[in-house]
Amino acid sequence: MMILTLAGRELRSMFLSPLAWAILAVVQLILGFMFLSQVDTFLQWQAQIAMLDNAPGITEVVVAPLLGNAAIVLLLVVPLLTMRLISEERRNQTLPLLFSAPISMSEIVLGKYLGILSFLLIMVLLIALMPLSLLLGGNLDIGMLAAGLLGLTLMLASFSAIGLYISSLTSHPTVAAITTFGALLLLWILNWASNSAPDGVLAYLSMLQHLQPLLRGVFNSADIAYFLLFIFCFLVLAIRRLDADRLQP
Amino acid sequence: MDQHTIPLLQVESLARHYGTIKAVNGISFSLKRGEVLGFLGPNGAGKSTTMKMITGNLAPTSGSAIIDGFDILDDPKQAKAALGFLPEQPPLYKELTVDEYLNYAARLNRIAKSTINTAVDNCKQRCGLEQMGRRLIGNLSKGYQQRVGIAQAIIHNPALVLLDEPTVGLDPIQIREIRQLIRELGQSHSVILSTHILPEVQATCDRVQIINQGELVFNDTIENMSERMQTTALLLRFKRPPPTSTILSLAGVQDVESVDKQTRRIHFLAEQDPTEALVNASVSEGWGLFELTPERMSLEEVFVDLTCREPHHDEAVQP
Repeated sequence: MMILTLAGRELRSMFLSPLAWAILAVVQLILGFMFLSQVDTFLQWQAQIAMLDNAPGITEVVVAPLLGNAAIVLLLVVPLLTMRLISEERRNQTLPLLFSAPISMSEIVLGKYLGILSFLLIMVLLIALMPLSLLLGGNLDIGMLAAGLLGLTLMLASFSAIGLYISSLTSHPTVAAITTFGALLLLWILNWASNSAPDGVLAYLSMLQHLQPLLRGVFNSADIAYFLLFIFCFLVLAIRRLDADRLQP
Repeated sequence: MDQHTIPLLQVESLARHYGTIKAVNGISFSLKRGEVLGFLGPNGAGKSTTMKMITGNLAPTSGSAIIDGFDILDDPKQAKAALGFLPEQPPLYKELTVDEYLNYAARLNRIAKSTINTAVDNCKQRCGLEQMGRRLIGNLSKGYQQRVGIAQAIIHNPALVLLDEPTVGLDPIQIREIRQLIRELGQSHSVILSTHILPEVQATCDRVQIINQGELVFNDTIENMSERMQTTALLLRFKRPPPTSTILSLAGVQDVESVDKQTRRIHFLAEQDPTEALVNASVSEGWGLFELTPERMSLEEVFVDLTCREPHHDEAVQP
Protein backbone atom coordinates (compact mmCIF):
# COMPACT_ATOMS: atom_id res chain seq x y z
CA MET A 1 0.00 0.00 0.00
CA MET A 2 2.67 2.47 1.13
CA ILE A 3 5.02 1.03 -1.48
CA LEU A 4 2.45 1.69 -4.20
CA THR A 5 1.95 5.26 -3.00
CA LEU A 6 5.68 5.90 -3.24
CA ALA A 7 5.94 4.11 -6.59
CA GLY A 8 3.04 6.08 -8.02
CA ARG A 9 4.57 9.33 -6.88
CA GLU A 10 7.92 8.37 -8.40
CA LEU A 11 6.36 7.45 -11.71
CA ARG A 12 4.28 10.60 -11.82
CA SER A 13 7.21 12.86 -11.05
CA MET A 14 9.18 11.18 -13.81
CA PHE A 15 6.51 12.06 -16.32
CA LEU A 16 6.26 15.58 -14.91
CA SER A 17 9.81 16.23 -16.03
CA PRO A 18 10.65 16.38 -19.71
CA LEU A 19 13.52 13.94 -19.12
CA ALA A 20 11.30 10.85 -19.16
CA TRP A 21 9.54 11.89 -22.34
CA ALA A 22 12.80 12.77 -24.03
CA ILE A 23 14.33 9.44 -23.08
CA LEU A 24 11.31 7.48 -24.30
CA ALA A 25 11.35 9.37 -27.59
CA VAL A 26 15.08 9.05 -28.22
CA VAL A 27 15.24 5.36 -27.32
CA GLN A 28 12.25 4.60 -29.48
CA LEU A 29 13.70 6.53 -32.41
CA ILE A 30 17.10 4.87 -32.27
CA LEU A 31 15.73 1.37 -31.76
CA GLY A 32 13.17 1.96 -34.49
CA PHE A 33 15.97 2.83 -36.86
CA MET A 34 17.97 -0.23 -35.83
CA PHE A 35 14.89 -2.42 -36.21
CA LEU A 36 14.11 -1.16 -39.67
CA SER A 37 17.64 -1.56 -40.95
CA GLN A 38 17.69 -5.07 -39.53
CA VAL A 39 14.43 -5.90 -41.29
CA ASP A 40 15.89 -4.43 -44.46
CA THR A 41 18.96 -6.65 -44.22
CA PHE A 42 16.78 -9.67 -43.63
CA LEU A 43 14.71 -8.95 -46.71
CA GLN A 44 17.87 -8.52 -48.79
CA TRP A 45 19.35 -11.84 -47.74
CA GLN A 46 16.11 -13.73 -47.38
CA ALA A 47 16.64 -15.76 -50.53
CA GLN A 48 20.17 -16.81 -49.60
CA ILE A 49 19.22 -17.58 -46.00
CA ALA A 50 16.39 -19.81 -47.17
CA MET A 51 18.87 -22.03 -49.02
CA LEU A 52 20.73 -22.93 -45.81
CA ASP A 53 20.03 -26.03 -43.82
CA ASN A 54 18.36 -25.22 -40.53
CA ALA A 55 17.85 -21.63 -41.72
CA PRO A 56 17.47 -18.93 -39.03
CA GLY A 57 14.04 -17.33 -38.93
CA ILE A 58 13.16 -13.66 -38.67
CA THR A 59 13.06 -13.87 -34.89
CA GLU A 60 16.71 -14.89 -34.77
CA VAL A 61 17.87 -12.48 -37.42
CA VAL A 62 15.84 -9.42 -36.44
CA VAL A 63 14.47 -9.71 -32.91
CA ALA A 64 17.46 -11.09 -31.01
CA PRO A 65 19.86 -8.41 -32.28
CA LEU A 66 17.22 -5.75 -31.64
CA LEU A 67 16.87 -6.74 -28.00
CA GLY A 68 20.65 -7.01 -27.66
CA ASN A 69 21.02 -3.49 -29.04
CA ALA A 70 18.23 -2.28 -26.77
CA ALA A 71 20.19 -3.60 -23.80
CA ILE A 72 23.22 -1.54 -24.81
CA VAL A 73 21.21 1.63 -25.49
CA LEU A 74 19.46 1.28 -22.15
CA LEU A 75 22.78 0.76 -20.43
CA LEU A 76 23.43 4.37 -21.37
CA VAL A 77 19.95 5.54 -20.45
CA VAL A 78 19.13 3.83 -17.16
CA PRO A 79 21.76 5.79 -15.18
CA LEU A 80 20.03 8.99 -16.27
CA LEU A 81 16.75 7.69 -14.90
CA THR A 82 18.01 6.28 -11.63
CA MET A 83 20.39 9.11 -10.77
CA ARG A 84 17.81 11.32 -9.13
CA LEU A 85 15.89 8.63 -7.21
CA ILE A 86 17.43 9.29 -3.81
CA SER A 87 20.23 11.73 -4.45
CA GLU A 88 17.82 14.44 -5.53
CA GLU A 89 15.78 14.02 -2.36
CA ARG A 90 18.99 14.20 -0.41
CA ARG A 91 20.04 17.31 -2.27
CA ASN A 92 16.68 19.07 -1.88
CA GLN A 93 16.49 17.90 1.72
CA THR A 94 13.12 16.29 1.23
CA LEU A 95 14.09 12.97 2.81
CA PRO A 96 12.84 14.11 6.26
CA LEU A 97 9.31 14.02 4.82
CA LEU A 98 9.72 10.29 4.29
CA PHE A 99 11.77 9.67 7.43
CA SER A 100 9.22 11.43 9.67
CA ALA A 101 6.26 9.60 8.18
CA PRO A 102 5.26 6.20 9.54
CA ILE A 103 7.07 4.26 6.79
CA SER A 104 10.01 1.89 7.04
CA MET A 105 13.23 2.26 5.09
CA SER A 106 12.44 -0.92 3.14
CA GLU A 107 9.13 0.57 2.04
CA ILE A 108 10.88 3.72 0.86
CA VAL A 109 13.47 1.78 -1.15
CA LEU A 110 10.98 -0.73 -2.57
CA GLY A 111 8.55 2.05 -3.46
CA LYS A 112 11.16 3.95 -5.37
CA TYR A 113 12.38 0.78 -7.03
CA LEU A 114 8.90 -0.18 -8.10
CA GLY A 115 8.42 3.32 -9.50
CA ILE A 116 11.48 3.16 -11.73
CA LEU A 117 10.68 -0.42 -12.67
CA SER A 118 7.22 0.52 -13.89
CA PHE A 119 8.74 3.19 -16.07
CA LEU A 120 11.20 0.72 -17.56
CA LEU A 121 8.38 -1.77 -18.14
CA ILE A 122 6.59 0.86 -20.18
CA MET A 123 9.76 1.18 -22.19
CA VAL A 124 10.06 -2.59 -22.70
CA LEU A 125 6.44 -2.64 -23.79
CA LEU A 126 7.11 0.05 -26.39
CA ILE A 127 10.17 -1.85 -27.62
CA ALA A 128 8.17 -5.10 -27.79
CA LEU A 129 5.70 -3.43 -30.13
CA MET A 130 8.34 -3.35 -32.87
CA PRO A 131 8.89 -7.12 -33.21
CA LEU A 132 5.19 -7.71 -32.60
CA SER A 133 4.42 -5.55 -35.62
CA LEU A 134 6.09 -8.26 -37.73
CA LEU A 135 3.13 -10.49 -36.92
CA LEU A 136 1.17 -8.42 -39.42
CA GLY A 137 3.08 -9.98 -42.29
CA GLY A 138 4.71 -13.13 -40.95
CA ASN A 139 5.27 -15.58 -38.17
CA LEU A 140 7.36 -15.08 -35.04
CA ASP A 141 8.91 -17.53 -32.64
CA ILE A 142 6.83 -16.26 -29.73
CA GLY A 143 8.70 -18.37 -27.16
CA MET A 144 12.02 -16.90 -28.21
CA LEU A 145 10.61 -13.39 -28.20
CA ALA A 146 9.18 -13.93 -24.72
CA ALA A 147 12.51 -15.23 -23.40
CA GLY A 148 14.28 -12.25 -24.94
CA LEU A 149 11.87 -9.77 -23.43
CA LEU A 150 12.16 -11.48 -20.06
CA GLY A 151 15.93 -11.22 -20.32
CA LEU A 152 15.76 -7.54 -21.21
CA THR A 153 13.35 -6.86 -18.35
CA LEU A 154 15.48 -8.71 -15.81
CA MET A 155 18.54 -6.88 -16.99
CA LEU A 156 16.84 -3.51 -16.73
CA ALA A 157 15.63 -4.47 -13.26
CA SER A 158 19.25 -5.23 -12.30
CA PHE A 159 20.43 -1.96 -13.85
CA SER A 160 17.92 0.02 -11.84
CA ALA A 161 18.72 -1.83 -8.59
CA ILE A 162 22.36 -0.87 -8.86
CA GLY A 163 21.38 2.64 -9.99
CA LEU A 164 19.11 3.05 -7.00
CA TYR A 165 21.86 1.94 -4.64
CA ILE A 166 24.43 4.30 -6.14
CA SER A 167 21.89 7.12 -6.05
CA SER A 168 21.55 6.56 -2.31
CA LEU A 169 25.28 7.09 -1.84
CA THR A 170 25.53 10.67 -2.98
CA SER A 171 23.69 13.96 -3.04
CA HIS A 172 24.78 14.80 -6.59
CA PRO A 173 22.61 13.23 -9.29
CA THR A 174 25.33 13.61 -11.92
CA VAL A 175 27.86 11.79 -9.77
CA ALA A 176 25.31 9.02 -9.30
CA ALA A 177 24.72 8.87 -13.06
CA ILE A 178 28.37 8.62 -14.05
CA THR A 179 29.15 6.09 -11.32
CA THR A 180 26.18 3.94 -12.27
CA PHE A 181 27.18 4.09 -15.89
CA GLY A 182 30.73 3.04 -15.02
CA ALA A 183 29.51 0.17 -12.88
CA LEU A 184 27.10 -1.07 -15.54
CA LEU A 185 29.67 -0.87 -18.30
CA LEU A 186 32.18 -2.73 -16.18
CA LEU A 187 29.66 -5.46 -15.42
CA TRP A 188 28.89 -5.66 -19.10
CA ILE A 189 32.47 -6.09 -20.29
CA LEU A 190 33.68 -8.15 -17.37
CA ASN A 191 33.87 -11.25 -19.58
CA TRP A 192 36.55 -9.63 -21.76
CA ALA A 193 39.02 -10.37 -19.03
CA SER A 194 38.04 -14.00 -19.10
CA ASN A 195 39.06 -14.85 -22.66
CA SER A 196 41.63 -17.19 -21.22
CA ALA A 197 39.19 -18.83 -18.83
CA PRO A 198 35.68 -18.74 -20.24
CA ASP A 199 34.27 -20.43 -17.15
CA GLY A 200 36.03 -18.15 -14.68
CA VAL A 201 34.43 -16.07 -11.94
CA LEU A 202 34.65 -12.84 -13.93
CA ALA A 203 32.89 -14.39 -16.86
CA TYR A 204 30.20 -15.66 -14.57
CA LEU A 205 29.69 -12.22 -13.05
CA SER A 206 29.34 -10.54 -16.43
CA MET A 207 25.77 -9.62 -17.17
CA LEU A 208 26.15 -10.22 -20.87
CA GLN A 209 26.94 -13.85 -20.16
CA HIS A 210 23.52 -14.29 -18.57
CA LEU A 211 21.56 -12.20 -21.01
CA GLN A 212 22.75 -13.87 -24.20
CA PRO A 213 21.21 -17.31 -23.54
CA LEU A 214 17.86 -15.64 -22.91
CA LEU A 215 18.14 -13.67 -26.14
CA ARG A 216 18.81 -16.94 -27.95
CA GLY A 217 15.65 -18.29 -26.38
CA VAL A 218 17.35 -20.48 -23.78
CA PHE A 219 15.61 -20.21 -20.44
CA ASN A 220 18.11 -21.30 -17.82
CA SER A 221 17.04 -20.95 -14.21
CA ALA A 222 20.65 -20.22 -13.18
CA ASP A 223 20.57 -17.05 -15.29
CA ILE A 224 17.25 -16.00 -13.77
CA ALA A 225 18.66 -16.65 -10.29
CA TYR A 226 21.70 -14.53 -11.13
CA PHE A 227 19.52 -11.53 -11.98
CA LEU A 228 17.21 -11.98 -8.99
CA LEU A 229 20.13 -12.29 -6.58
CA PHE A 230 21.74 -9.26 -8.13
CA ILE A 231 18.58 -7.19 -7.65
CA PHE A 232 18.03 -8.44 -4.11
CA CYS A 233 21.61 -7.72 -3.13
CA PHE A 234 21.58 -4.09 -4.28
CA LEU A 235 18.15 -3.36 -2.83
CA VAL A 236 19.33 -4.59 0.56
CA LEU A 237 22.43 -2.45 0.23
CA ALA A 238 20.28 0.59 -0.56
CA ILE A 239 18.10 -0.04 2.50
CA ARG A 240 21.19 -0.39 4.67
CA ARG A 241 22.61 2.81 3.24
CA LEU A 242 19.47 4.81 4.01
CA ASP A 243 19.39 3.35 7.50
CA ALA A 244 22.99 4.42 7.97
CA ASP A 245 21.92 8.03 7.40
CA ARG A 246 20.32 8.01 10.80
CA LEU A 247 22.97 6.04 12.60
CA GLN A 248 26.26 6.96 14.11
CA PRO A 249 28.79 8.06 11.49
CA MET B 1 -4.35 6.05 33.74
CA ASP B 2 -5.77 9.40 32.76
CA GLN B 3 -4.20 10.36 29.49
CA HIS B 4 -3.88 13.96 30.58
CA THR B 5 -1.50 13.17 33.37
CA ILE B 6 1.05 11.16 31.40
CA PRO B 7 3.31 13.38 29.37
CA LEU B 8 2.90 13.27 25.61
CA LEU B 9 6.62 13.36 25.07
CA GLN B 10 9.21 11.98 27.43
CA VAL B 11 12.82 12.59 26.50
CA GLU B 12 15.37 10.73 28.60
CA SER B 13 19.06 11.73 28.56
CA LEU B 14 19.15 11.96 24.80
CA ALA B 15 22.65 12.27 23.36
CA ARG B 16 24.27 12.37 19.96
CA HIS B 17 28.01 12.48 19.53
CA TYR B 18 29.94 13.04 16.32
CA GLY B 19 33.34 11.62 17.12
CA THR B 20 34.54 13.70 20.02
CA ILE B 21 32.01 16.47 19.40
CA LYS B 22 29.00 16.19 21.65
CA ALA B 23 26.28 17.80 19.57
CA VAL B 24 23.65 16.88 22.14
CA ASN B 25 24.80 15.75 25.52
CA GLY B 26 22.16 14.10 27.67
CA ILE B 27 19.01 16.18 27.39
CA SER B 28 15.95 15.18 29.42
CA PHE B 29 12.57 16.85 29.48
CA SER B 30 8.91 16.11 29.09
CA LEU B 31 6.02 17.80 27.40
CA LYS B 32 2.39 17.80 28.44
CA ARG B 33 -0.53 17.65 26.05
CA GLY B 34 -1.49 21.02 24.65
CA GLU B 35 1.71 22.72 25.72
CA VAL B 36 3.75 24.99 23.46
CA LEU B 37 7.44 24.64 24.21
CA GLY B 38 10.02 27.05 22.92
CA PHE B 39 13.41 25.60 22.20
CA LEU B 40 15.89 28.40 22.40
CA GLY B 41 19.58 28.46 21.76
CA PRO B 42 22.34 30.00 19.70
CA ASN B 43 23.13 28.55 16.29
CA GLY B 44 24.77 25.17 16.57
CA ALA B 45 23.55 24.57 20.11
CA GLY B 46 21.96 21.25 19.21
CA LYS B 47 18.32 22.29 18.72
CA SER B 48 17.95 20.75 15.29
CA THR B 49 19.84 17.62 16.27
CA THR B 50 17.52 17.11 19.23
CA MET B 51 14.45 17.56 17.04
CA LYS B 52 15.80 15.18 14.43
CA MET B 53 16.33 12.56 17.11
CA ILE B 54 12.83 12.99 18.51
CA THR B 55 11.34 12.61 15.02
CA GLY B 56 13.43 9.58 14.11
CA ASN B 57 15.47 11.31 11.44
CA LEU B 58 18.62 10.69 13.42
CA ALA B 59 19.43 7.82 15.75
CA PRO B 60 20.62 8.92 19.18
CA THR B 61 23.97 7.76 20.54
CA SER B 62 22.19 7.07 23.81
CA GLY B 63 18.94 7.89 25.55
CA SER B 64 15.36 7.58 24.40
CA ALA B 65 12.36 9.58 23.27
CA ILE B 66 8.88 8.27 23.97
CA ILE B 67 6.00 9.83 22.06
CA ASP B 68 2.49 9.06 23.16
CA GLY B 69 3.74 5.89 24.85
CA PHE B 70 5.75 4.63 21.86
CA ASP B 71 9.52 4.61 21.77
CA ILE B 72 10.83 6.20 18.58
CA LEU B 73 13.48 3.49 18.28
CA ASP B 74 11.42 0.44 19.22
CA ASP B 75 8.05 1.32 17.65
CA PRO B 76 8.98 3.91 15.04
CA LYS B 77 5.77 3.57 13.02
CA GLN B 78 3.39 4.20 15.91
CA ALA B 79 5.58 6.96 17.32
CA LYS B 80 5.91 8.69 13.96
CA ALA B 81 2.17 8.50 13.41
CA ALA B 82 1.77 10.70 16.49
CA LEU B 83 4.09 13.45 15.33
CA GLY B 84 4.45 15.97 12.56
CA PHE B 85 7.77 17.56 11.74
CA LEU B 86 8.77 20.66 9.82
CA PRO B 87 12.55 20.56 9.38
CA GLU B 88 14.63 23.68 9.07
CA GLN B 89 14.52 23.30 5.30
CA PRO B 90 10.87 22.51 4.44
CA PRO B 91 10.80 19.17 2.57
CA LEU B 92 8.87 20.41 -0.45
CA TYR B 93 8.72 19.03 -3.97
CA LYS B 94 8.87 22.14 -6.10
CA GLU B 95 7.40 20.47 -9.18
CA LEU B 96 4.14 19.56 -7.44
CA THR B 97 1.12 21.73 -6.81
CA VAL B 98 0.08 22.38 -3.22
CA ASP B 99 -2.87 19.98 -3.57
CA GLU B 100 -0.77 17.19 -5.06
CA TYR B 101 1.87 17.61 -2.41
CA LEU B 102 -0.55 17.60 0.51
CA ASN B 103 -2.32 14.62 -0.99
CA TYR B 104 0.96 12.76 -1.10
CA ALA B 105 1.81 13.78 2.47
CA ALA B 106 -1.61 12.58 3.59
CA ARG B 107 -1.09 9.19 2.00
CA LEU B 108 2.42 8.89 3.43
CA ASN B 109 0.89 9.42 6.83
CA ARG B 110 -1.59 6.62 6.23
CA ILE B 111 -4.74 8.69 6.16
CA ALA B 112 -7.64 6.59 4.90
CA LYS B 113 -8.43 7.22 1.22
CA SER B 114 -11.97 8.34 1.93
CA THR B 115 -10.86 11.09 4.31
CA ILE B 116 -7.86 12.41 2.40
CA ASN B 117 -9.77 15.21 0.69
CA THR B 118 -11.28 16.42 3.93
CA ALA B 119 -7.88 16.29 5.63
CA VAL B 120 -6.25 18.27 2.82
CA ASP B 121 -9.01 20.88 2.76
CA ASN B 122 -8.97 21.14 6.50
CA CYS B 123 -5.26 21.75 6.82
CA LYS B 124 -5.22 24.13 3.86
CA GLN B 125 -7.86 26.16 5.59
CA ARG B 126 -5.94 26.18 8.87
CA CYS B 127 -2.76 27.30 7.18
CA GLY B 128 -4.43 29.91 4.98
CA LEU B 129 -3.70 28.07 1.75
CA GLU B 130 -7.26 27.87 0.34
CA GLN B 131 -6.41 29.96 -2.71
CA MET B 132 -3.09 28.24 -3.37
CA GLY B 133 -4.23 24.67 -4.02
CA ARG B 134 -3.49 24.64 -7.74
CA ARG B 135 -0.27 26.66 -7.65
CA LEU B 136 3.11 25.02 -8.07
CA ILE B 137 5.04 24.98 -4.83
CA GLY B 138 8.18 26.20 -6.59
CA ASN B 139 6.35 29.39 -7.61
CA LEU B 140 5.10 30.28 -4.13
CA SER B 141 6.76 32.90 -1.95
CA LYS B 142 8.92 31.79 0.96
CA GLY B 143 6.14 32.56 3.42
CA TYR B 144 3.63 30.40 1.62
CA GLN B 145 6.17 27.61 1.18
CA GLN B 146 6.64 27.69 4.93
CA ARG B 147 2.89 27.36 5.37
CA VAL B 148 2.83 24.36 3.05
CA GLY B 149 5.59 22.90 5.22
CA ILE B 150 3.50 23.43 8.33
CA ALA B 151 0.40 22.06 6.57
CA GLN B 152 2.36 18.91 5.77
CA ALA B 153 3.28 18.52 9.44
CA ILE B 154 -0.30 18.81 10.75
CA ILE B 155 -2.20 17.02 7.98
CA HIS B 156 -2.64 13.79 9.95
CA ASN B 157 -3.66 15.73 13.04
CA PRO B 158 -0.72 14.53 15.16
CA ALA B 159 -0.65 15.04 18.90
CA LEU B 160 2.83 16.53 18.70
CA VAL B 161 4.08 19.03 16.14
CA LEU B 162 7.75 19.95 15.90
CA LEU B 163 8.71 23.08 14.01
CA ASP B 164 12.39 23.79 13.44
CA GLU B 165 12.96 27.53 13.01
CA PRO B 166 9.68 28.11 11.20
CA THR B 167 10.13 31.88 10.77
CA VAL B 168 13.65 32.02 9.38
CA GLY B 169 13.90 34.05 6.21
CA LEU B 170 10.40 35.50 6.34
CA ASP B 171 9.47 39.17 6.22
CA PRO B 172 7.97 40.77 9.36
CA ILE B 173 4.38 40.43 8.20
CA GLN B 174 4.84 36.77 7.30
CA ILE B 175 6.53 36.21 10.66
CA ARG B 176 3.48 37.62 12.43
CA GLU B 177 1.17 35.40 10.40
CA ILE B 178 3.20 32.28 11.09
CA ARG B 179 3.31 33.10 14.81
CA GLN B 180 -0.43 33.53 14.80
CA LEU B 181 -0.71 30.13 13.13
CA ILE B 182 1.55 28.54 15.74
CA ARG B 183 -0.56 30.01 18.54
CA GLU B 184 -3.64 28.50 16.93
CA LEU B 185 -1.88 25.16 16.62
CA GLY B 186 -1.14 25.32 20.33
CA GLN B 187 -4.85 25.13 21.07
CA SER B 188 -5.22 21.64 19.64
CA HIS B 189 -1.70 20.19 19.51
CA SER B 190 1.42 20.10 21.59
CA VAL B 191 4.04 22.11 19.80
CA ILE B 192 7.80 22.26 20.07
CA LEU B 193 9.21 25.29 18.37
CA SER B 194 12.90 25.87 17.93
CA THR B 195 14.27 29.30 17.29
CA HIS B 196 17.09 31.63 18.07
CA ILE B 197 14.78 34.63 18.00
CA LEU B 198 13.86 35.49 21.57
CA PRO B 199 10.67 37.54 21.20
CA GLU B 200 9.25 34.68 19.19
CA VAL B 201 9.30 32.51 22.27
CA GLN B 202 7.66 35.22 24.34
CA ALA B 203 5.01 35.67 21.68
CA THR B 204 4.06 32.05 21.22
CA CYS B 205 5.19 29.70 23.98
CA ASP B 206 3.99 28.50 27.38
CA ARG B 207 7.33 27.17 28.42
CA VAL B 208 10.87 27.85 27.38
CA GLN B 209 13.96 25.71 27.29
CA ILE B 210 17.36 27.12 26.59
CA ILE B 211 19.90 24.78 25.16
CA ASN B 212 23.57 25.57 24.82
CA GLN B 213 26.44 23.42 23.65
CA GLY B 214 24.23 20.37 23.69
CA GLU B 215 23.02 20.82 27.25
CA LEU B 216 19.83 22.14 28.74
CA VAL B 217 20.66 25.27 30.74
CA PHE B 218 17.18 26.57 31.47
CA ASN B 219 13.73 25.05 31.57
CA ASP B 220 10.83 27.04 32.98
CA THR B 221 7.53 28.71 32.18
CA ILE B 222 7.37 32.01 30.34
CA GLU B 223 6.00 33.72 33.50
CA ASN B 224 8.99 32.68 35.56
CA MET B 225 11.24 33.76 32.77
CA SER B 226 9.59 37.17 32.66
CA GLU B 227 9.94 37.49 36.41
CA ARG B 228 13.60 36.79 36.09
CA MET B 229 13.77 39.57 33.59
CA GLN B 230 12.05 42.17 35.79
CA THR B 231 14.00 41.63 38.97
CA THR B 232 16.69 44.13 38.37
CA ALA B 233 17.82 47.62 39.01
CA LEU B 234 17.34 51.36 38.89
CA LEU B 235 19.95 53.74 37.62
CA LEU B 236 19.80 57.05 39.52
CA ARG B 237 21.77 60.27 39.17
CA PHE B 238 21.87 62.76 42.02
CA LYS B 239 23.26 66.31 42.23
CA ARG B 240 24.13 65.61 45.88
CA PRO B 241 24.28 61.83 46.35
CA PRO B 242 23.26 60.58 49.80
CA PRO B 243 25.43 58.09 51.72
CA THR B 244 25.01 54.48 50.67
CA SER B 245 23.71 53.41 54.07
CA THR B 246 20.76 55.83 53.78
CA ILE B 247 19.64 54.28 50.49
CA LEU B 248 20.12 50.77 51.82
CA SER B 249 17.77 51.57 54.70
CA LEU B 250 14.87 52.08 52.29
CA ALA B 251 12.43 49.18 52.08
CA GLY B 252 13.22 46.64 49.33
CA VAL B 253 16.70 47.91 48.45
CA GLN B 254 19.18 45.06 48.31
CA ASP B 255 22.35 46.61 47.10
CA VAL B 256 23.77 49.93 46.04
CA GLU B 257 26.55 50.32 43.53
CA SER B 258 28.45 53.55 42.89
CA VAL B 259 28.91 53.88 39.17
CA ASP B 260 30.56 57.32 39.33
CA LYS B 261 30.45 60.39 41.58
CA GLN B 262 26.81 61.19 40.85
CA THR B 263 25.41 57.86 39.63
CA ARG B 264 24.15 54.99 41.76
CA ARG B 265 22.75 51.66 40.63
CA ILE B 266 20.20 50.22 43.05
CA HIS B 267 19.24 46.54 43.03
CA PHE B 268 15.91 45.69 44.58
CA LEU B 269 13.42 42.88 45.06
CA ALA B 270 10.80 42.55 42.36
CA GLU B 271 7.84 42.73 44.74
CA GLN B 272 9.11 45.80 46.64
CA ASP B 273 9.78 48.51 44.11
CA PRO B 274 11.47 51.38 46.02
CA THR B 275 11.15 53.93 43.23
CA GLU B 276 8.45 56.00 44.87
CA ALA B 277 10.18 55.99 48.25
CA LEU B 278 13.41 57.06 46.62
CA VAL B 279 11.81 59.98 44.80
CA ASN B 280 10.03 61.12 47.96
CA ALA B 281 13.22 60.87 49.99
CA SER B 282 15.15 62.79 47.37
CA VAL B 283 12.65 65.64 47.50
CA SER B 284 12.48 65.84 51.28
CA GLU B 285 16.22 65.38 51.85
CA GLY B 286 17.29 67.52 48.89
CA TRP B 287 19.49 64.93 47.09
CA GLY B 288 18.79 66.58 43.79
CA LEU B 289 17.62 63.57 41.80
CA PHE B 290 17.76 64.49 38.11
CA GLU B 291 17.74 61.17 36.31
CA LEU B 292 16.00 57.86 36.97
CA THR B 293 16.19 54.90 34.58
CA PRO B 294 14.67 51.52 35.32
CA GLU B 295 17.10 48.86 34.15
CA ARG B 296 15.23 45.87 32.96
CA MET B 297 17.07 42.73 32.05
CA SER B 298 15.94 41.85 28.57
CA LEU B 299 15.30 38.36 27.37
CA GLU B 300 18.49 38.80 25.38
CA GLU B 301 20.45 39.40 28.54
CA VAL B 302 18.94 36.42 30.30
CA PHE B 303 19.79 34.41 27.25
CA VAL B 304 23.35 35.68 26.99
CA ASP B 305 23.73 35.30 30.73
CA LEU B 306 22.69 31.66 30.55
CA THR B 307 24.45 30.67 27.38
CA CYS B 308 27.76 32.43 27.91
CA ARG B 309 28.23 31.16 31.42
CA GLU B 310 31.13 28.93 32.37
CA PRO B 311 30.17 25.29 32.05
CA HIS B 312 28.90 23.64 35.23
CA HIS B 313 28.14 26.95 36.89
CA ASP B 314 24.47 26.49 36.34
CA GLU B 315 22.38 27.28 39.34
CA ALA B 316 19.68 28.33 36.89
CA VAL B 317 18.86 24.80 35.88
CA GLN B 318 15.53 23.78 37.23
CA PRO B 319 15.10 20.17 38.21
